[in-house]
Amino acid sequence: MSILIDKDTPVMVQGITGRDGSFHARSMKKDGTRVVGGVTPGKGGTEVDDLPVFDTVTACVAATGAQLSVLFVPPAAFSAAFREALDGGIKTLVCVTEGVPVHQMIDNLKHARERGVRVIGANSPGLISPGKAKAGIMPAAIHLPGRIGVISRSGTLTYEIVSHLSAAGLGQSTCVGIGGDSIVGTGFIDLLTLFEADEETDAVVLIGEIGGDAEEKAAQFVAEKMRKPVAAFIAGRTALPGKRMGHAGAIISSGGGTAASKITAFREAGVPVADLPRDIPALLRELLP
Amino acid sequence: MKMYEYQATGLFAEEGIPVLSGELVCEPKEAAEACRRLGGRVVLKAQVLTGGRGKAGGVATVSSPEEAVREAERILSLTIKGYPVKKLLVVPAADIREEYYLGLTIDRNSAGGVCILSSQGGMDIEELAATAPEKILRLPLISDEMTEDLSVALRRVFPRTEVRNQAEALVKALIRLFRRRDCLLAEINPLALDCRENLIALDAKVEIDDNALFLHKDLAALKEDETAEERSAREGGISFISLDGTIGCVVNGAGLAMATMDAVHHFGAEPANFLDVGGSSDPKKMVLALNLIVGNPRVRCILINIFGGITRCDDIARGILLAAEAVDPSRPLVIRLTGTNAEEGKEMLEKAGYAVMTDMTEAVKKAVALAGGPR
Repeated sequence: MSILIDKDTPVMVQGITGRDGSFHARSMKKDGTRVVGGVTPGKGGTEVDDLPVFDTVTACVAATGAQLSVLFVPPAAFSAAFREALDGGIKTLVCVTEGVPVHQMIDNLKHARERGVRVIGANSPGLISPGKAKAGIMPAAIHLPGRIGVISRSGTLTYEIVSHLSAAGLGQSTCVGIGGDSIVGTGFIDLLTLFEADEETDAVVLIGEIGGDAEEKAAQFVAEKMRKPVAAFIAGRTALPGKRMGHAGAIISSGGGTAASKITAFREAGVPVADLPRDIPALLRELLP
Repeated sequence: MKMYEYQATGLFAEEGIPVLSGELVCEPKEAAEACRRLGGRVVLKAQVLTGGRGKAGGVATVSSPEEAVREAERILSLTIKGYPVKKLLVVPAADIREEYYLGLTIDRNSAGGVCILSSQGGMDIEELAATAPEKILRLPLISDEMTEDLSVALRRVFPRTEVRNQAEALVKALIRLFRRRDCLLAEINPLALDCRENLIALDAKVEIDDNALFLHKDLAALKEDETAEERSAREGGISFISLDGTIGCVVNGAGLAMATMDAVHHFGAEPANFLDVGGSSDPKKMVLALNLIVGNPRVRCILINIFGGITRCDDIARGILLAAEAVDPSRPLVIRLTGTNAEEGKEMLEKAGYAVMTDMTEAVKKAVALAGGPR
C-alpha cells in the first residue's frame, strides 16, 4: 500500500480542457494513473485524447466511477468546482490551483470535513506513488519506487530533494505536496499518521518552510507518536521578516514562523535537519537500520 | 495587502464601527489648519504600513496650531522601520478611561477565523502574549455569527450591560468586515472606552488577502505595500523581494528560491533578492527577471537555478538568450538547469557560449566564488 493513491484509484480532472488540465491529464495517464475522464462545464460530450469530458462532476462520476479529482481550475472558478466535486461524491480532492482566497478555502474545507472528504492543497503540486499512479504535476521521471515517504509545502524544492533521494537509490512510497497556502486541507500530522501506519514506508522526509507553526507541531508529533524515523529540510533561513516569500503561507510575522524556530523544534525532537537539499540522503541512511 | 490606518478607518465606518472622524494631511501647515478646524487638543498620527509607530515617535498630542506645525514637521521627517512618513492623520484627542484589544485573524491550525480579545489594550498583542498570556482570550469563529463562547467572553471582559451591548454590536460589525472584505487581519488596538461610556476604535489595522483582491477592485487600487520593483515584478507574474546581498537569484518555485538563497548564505555570501519566475515558460519573464536584477548595483554575480517540471528548460534557455540580447548583464552568469528538457536547453545555451551546470550546490559555490568568495 502507498498512501492516498494507488494504481487502481480512478482519477478525474476538473478543468481537463484547459492548457494545464489537458497537459497533465495526459501526463498522469502516461505515468500509469487510471485517469477515467474529466469535467469542463459546456464541453461535455467532447474528448481530450480518448478521455471523455463531462459538463458536471456528477455526470463524470456516474459514468466513470471516479473517486479522486485533480482541480486545475482558475482561482475565480475554484470554489464552485470544489463544491461541485463534494456534491458529486468525490472522496479525495487534489487542489493544484494557486491563488485561492483564504476565506473561501475556510468555507470549502468546512464543507469537506462535514462530508468526510480528504482535501490536498490548495496550491499543491499534488501527489505521486512512483511506479503506480500520480495525481498532480510533478515530473515522474525523477522518482523511483521505494520505501521513503515525502511530505512538502513546495513544488520544485521537493523535486530537488526527490532527485537526490532517487540518485542515492532511496526510492519513494508516496510524495505529497500539501500546498504553499496558509490554510490547507491536509497537514503534516495527518500525513505523518498515514505514513506511520503504511507498511510500505520505512522513513519520512519532511520539507517545511517559514510561516506558521505546522513544523513545530509536526516535530512534537514525531517525538511523541512516531516509531519511524524522520529527516527534515526547512527553507527560508535567509527570508525577510514581514514579506511573503512567493507562497501565500510563507511569511515570518511578529508572532513567529522563522526557520530557526522550526529547525530547533525538529532537532529537539530528534529529527535531523539538512543544511542543504543534497544532504538529505546521508541523514536518512544514518536513521535507517 | 496592508492598509493605512486612515483607509482601514474608512472600512470600519462603512460597517458602522465607531471611529473618530479626522483629517488626512501631508504638510505641517495643513496639520495646523486641521487642528484649528477640529478645535481643542488633537492627535497627529504617522500613517505607515508597519506597527510600533508610537515607540518610534510617530504619534503626538498637541494643543495649538503652532504646536501642530512643529510636531507635524518632526513626524513627517521620520522614517519608521524603513517606511518614510508621508501622511498624517489628525484626530480629536479622546478622553480615555479604559483600553481593550479586539482583533480577528486567520488561525492556520484550526483552518478558520479566530477572535482575540483582551482587557489590556494599547500595547503590542504579541508582547502581551509573551508577558501575560492569561490576559488574552482566543475564540474560534465558527461561522459569520456571534458564538456562545464569544458572548461568554464578552461578558467577562465587559461586565457592565451598557458597554457589553456596544461591544457585541462592534464584534458583529468587525466579523462582517473580516468576512466580506476577505481580511487576513482586522484589528482594533486600542478599543477605547471614553468618559461618556462609549466604545470607540482609536486605531484601525486591516490586512486584505492578496489572493482575494480580484474580488475587491476598489481595494486593489489602493495597494501600496510593495516597492516599485516588487510591483513591476508582480504585474509581470513574478515574485520578487529585494535583499541586501551580492548574488542575484533567478529560480523557479518559491521553496527552491528560498533554498537557493539559504545555500548562498551557507557558502558564505548573501542573496541580493528572492525571485520566483513561476511555473510558466514565457521567455518575457526571464527578460523582466534579469532586468530587475541588473538594476541593482550591489549584484556581483547572477545565479539562475531551474528545476524543470511544468517549466521546460528549453523555454528557459530561450528566455535567457532573449534576455541576454535585451539586457546586458555585465556580470558573470551561473546557470543551472535540470529536469524537463534540460538537455535541449543546455545545448542551446552552450551553442551561444554559456556554461550550463546540472548540480545546484556546485552552481551556488561557483556563484559565491565569482562574487568575490565567502565573507
